[in-house]
Amino acid sequence: MPLDLKEHIKHLSELAAPAGHEGAACDAIRAAWAGLADHFEVDGLGNLIATKTGSGPEPRRKVMLCAHMDEIGLIVAEIRAGFIRAGMLGGIDARVLLSQPVLVHGQRPLPGVFGAAPPHMARNRTEYPTLDELWIDVGLPHEDVTALVRVGDVITFDAPAIELKGDRLAGKSFDNRVSVAAITVCLEELATRQHAWDVVAVASVQEEVGSHGAIAAAYRVQPDIAIAIDGTFAAQAGANDDETFKLGDGPTLGRGPNFHPLLFKHAREVAKAEEFKHQIEVLPGNSGTDAWLIQVSREGVPSLLFSIPMRNMHTPVEVVDVRDVRRTGRWMAALIAGMGPSFLDEIAWPETAREEGEA
Amino acid sequence: MILRELSNAIGVSSDEGPVRQIILDAIRDHVDDIRIDALGNVLAVRRGTGQVDLRVMAAAHMDEVGMMVIGFDSDGGIRFREVGGLDARILPGARVLVGPDRIPGVIQWVPIHQNTDNKTVPIERLRIDIGAANREAAQGAVEPGDLIAFDTQFAELGPTVRGKAFDDRAGCASLIALVQGDPFPFDLHVAFTVQEEVGLRGAGVAANAIRPDVAFVLETTACHDLPEDPDEPDQTTITQLGGGPAITVADRSMISDPRLVRHLVRVGEAEGIPHQFRSPQHAGGTDAGAIHRTRAGVPSVVVANPCRYIHGPYSILSLSDFENQSRLLRAAWMALTPSVMER
Amino acid sequence: MEALIKKLAEAWGPVGFEHQVRDLIREEVAPLADAITVDPLGNLICRIGDGETRVMVAAHMDELGVIVSHIDRQGYARFANLGTLLPGTLLGARVRFENGVIANIGVENQFTKRRELPNFDGFFIDISQDANGNAPVQVGDPGAFVREVVWRGERVIGKALDDRLGCAVQIEAMRRLKEQGTPHTVYFVFTVQEEVGSRGARPAGYGLDPHIAFALDLSPAGDVPKPKEPGINLGGGAVIKVRDSRHIVPAPVKNLMIRRAEERGIPYQLEVMTLGTTDGAEIQLARAGVPTGAVGIPARYVHTQSETADRRDIHATIDLLVGILSEPIEL
Repeated sequence: MPLDLKEHIKHLSELAAPAGHEGAACDAIRAAWAGLADHFEVDGLGNLIATKTGSGPEPRRKVMLCAHMDEIGLIVAEIRAGFIRAGMLGGIDARVLLSQPVLVHGQRPLPGVFGAAPPHMARNRTEYPTLDELWIDVGLPHEDVTALVRVGDVITFDAPAIELKGDRLAGKSFDNRVSVAAITVCLEELATRQHAWDVVAVASVQEEVGSHGAIAAAYRVQPDIAIAIDGTFAAQAGANDDETFKLGDGPTLGRGPNFHPLLFKHAREVAKAEEFKHQIEVLPGNSGTDAWLIQVSREGVPSLLFSIPMRNMHTPVEVVDVRDVRRTGRWMAALIAGMGPSFLDEIAWPETAREEGEA
Repeated sequence: MILRELSNAIGVSSDEGPVRQIILDAIRDHVDDIRIDALGNVLAVRRGTGQVDLRVMAAAHMDEVGMMVIGFDSDGGIRFREVGGLDARILPGARVLVGPDRIPGVIQWVPIHQNTDNKTVPIERLRIDIGAANREAAQGAVEPGDLIAFDTQFAELGPTVRGKAFDDRAGCASLIALVQGDPFPFDLHVAFTVQEEVGLRGAGVAANAIRPDVAFVLETTACHDLPEDPDEPDQTTITQLGGGPAITVADRSMISDPRLVRHLVRVGEAEGIPHQFRSPQHAGGTDAGAIHRTRAGVPSVVVANPCRYIHGPYSILSLSDFENQSRLLRAAWMALTPSVMER
Repeated sequence: MEALIKKLAEAWGPVGFEHQVRDLIREEVAPLADAITVDPLGNLICRIGDGETRVMVAAHMDELGVIVSHIDRQGYARFANLGTLLPGTLLGARVRFENGVIANIGVENQFTKRRELPNFDGFFIDISQDANGNAPVQVGDPGAFVREVVWRGERVIGKALDDRLGCAVQIEAMRRLKEQGTPHTVYFVFTVQEEVGSRGARPAGYGLDPHIAFALDLSPAGDVPKPKEPGINLGGGAVIKVRDSRHIVPAPVKNLMIRRAEERGIPYQLEVMTLGTTDGAEIQLARAGVPTGAVGIPARYVHTQSETADRRDIHATIDLLVGILSEPIEL
């Protein structure tokens, strides 16, 4: 049955799974990938690891696809007079919190809203309230709140995903659920295509607090090549032109020290051959994604990064062009289907061949 | 639940149509002489038992604060301004519905990775994204002048409810409940007014038509009862959620007639209906500000529901305060006689 | 006259709560007026005469005051302003609440920030009674300032001379007009809520539908160090307004007033004011509009608790008013 990508993205977006509490996402993604992979496991940190066996001879090479499933969120820090003060669970932009509706995941999910003193009564009248000036109001008396909520309970945005015009969607946690959706697209394509390599799809945990899941998963999976998928900055009013990418012009391919240069070249050639719309993202240092940690796992892993442009990152109204998500999945499938059993030789350092030639 | 319907309905100042329709449907079978005046106010009379010879006006406003489309950027972003008073700090990341076709949109925000300035961005620099790829696409979907409302669905939280526009759909809901109940000793002249949020525009016009002896305004007002910070100035909360309907003694637009204030307090105490005073500090204007100065003057008073995060997409209202608003007014009107107005 | 001024100025009547002053004035004018009514907002209307032309004269009964907004964590009463209070007049001031409680005003950081004046929310009212509790004062209670009226030579000094002096002048004019008669129907109106934007004036005008009106208020004197506007001097005579921030007196009305002053040898001065206005600005907009003039009593330190006026000017104002009202009005 063909994937309804918009519905899939909306479904993933609305899950409540902040860093360290990814269970709901793990279950939902596993259900979505059922039938698309041969073997599923959940490791000690909560990473979902799904393996689709390739058709090549043993010992088969492994390519790992990694998209983090955690979202930025908040955590209950204090309960006072029935109001809840929140702490960060990942890099929330506190400037957008005022008046946002939230769910406090206590004994049951409690709908609430962020409030602060109005400007004429605030300590600082011309700035956004900081996180410790904001309070979550769940509309209940203090005794009820303390009975249902404890310090440490998580808080997510109460925000359904919505369709905008064209191919755009808006919602929370598109960073990084749209990347998980891209993997779903890739697995769907591979269901009817031959691929020599084993494909290990990982929905990783705790990227937002330091890529903890990716570190563990890379160690366990021991991939020969790794591809990370994340979000990048889309062009929008007020953002720097050099550092943003137009919505609808395709996913970006990362170029820089985090990425194997020959693998990068190869991926770009595949895009051109298949005429996939794509953009190049120059990343001179830490890419800020799981790829940074995977690359240095064990004895090193040649890595790639696909990024999906999105506006308003780290707010509950991230915006993507759904075509960019589909392109990412199809690009990865094309790349993987074209990787023969000795593909690694094709991306060996030129010096290696010379060395081996002389030996 | 009519409060839910009214809260979810869209009626930004100057286009109160959908709200007007709900109200007309709700009161039609209980009132006479319904008319919609030149500005869009709904005027009607709930006939009384004829025992008391007083011309009493009761008003609640139908409009909510929102925004308006001003123009378009080349990348399809929509420029907009506020209609009524809006705190610009709540806008980044908000979800909205644009124009008569209710096109979904979001208010953009440059991510923290590229902009760390904490200063409030003024509304002129914010943009709404409806998914238009360029100016032509945006212009094909909306027009300058189209109104924009917050996209919020009403939710019950238990003793409270969360939703938009409780200012003043809660006042409208109370007035509907009063009209649907038993008749009062006098004819009650009701006015569901327009454009309160942009300058109390409908109310004075309605009062000029009704020519009342006394006026009661049913409002919803601010409540800032967040936990106190000892480092902050010692401020009033204006009202307390759960403290009962708040009677205005004085606000920026009006000093309530002391005889009416005394009457409400007397009735509240006699009937055991919780009530409180709205603090005069930081108290904004209401329709009573316009009504009391019409023609030869009208003694007026305001009774308001305390409401947290008013003028934003998600406000919180106490259901017991809301029920007590109509209880207090019903009791006050049943006991209202010309002797209350003696000097 | 001195006793009347003292009684009126020391009376309690903050904006919106003028009833005590109204009762006092009513007592004074009962033997003078042909008819007395109180309109819906509380304006006191006293008619003398029965002529064709309806003339309205207005002086306001209300004074600046405070209204309790909340009791703070330490038990002090915080307040909002009733009318335009000057923060500089607050520290050390005394206010009286309707139940008679006398309270005094303090300020945060009294010594540490003594060179700065905070806004109203930096002030507080001490309502403590003893170590354990407060006097009975609650949110919404209005208060007026406490200060006795004194004379120094020809100068009268007190709180609320704005506009109890105008009320006293009106009452004296009523006394004289009753004796000598008037060809007009004259409505002497004692208005409410002038200090918050003349909210009583236009409705009063609407109700009376006069042909011509005169507002009677204080005119800020310019004969002090660094005034806002020079021009008006204590002892310089009754003030005839040319214009202020919201009111341009129609030339025929202004000229009528000047004519009467000159005919009777009444000292007068002309006023062009950019800061402030009077009930006249609102009365002129009643119904289809009313030609409106204004007569002023020069005063220094307006809106403080020691407003200062001059006896000569007060008498000149009464004379001018009576001069206008007792004769035909040709514009």
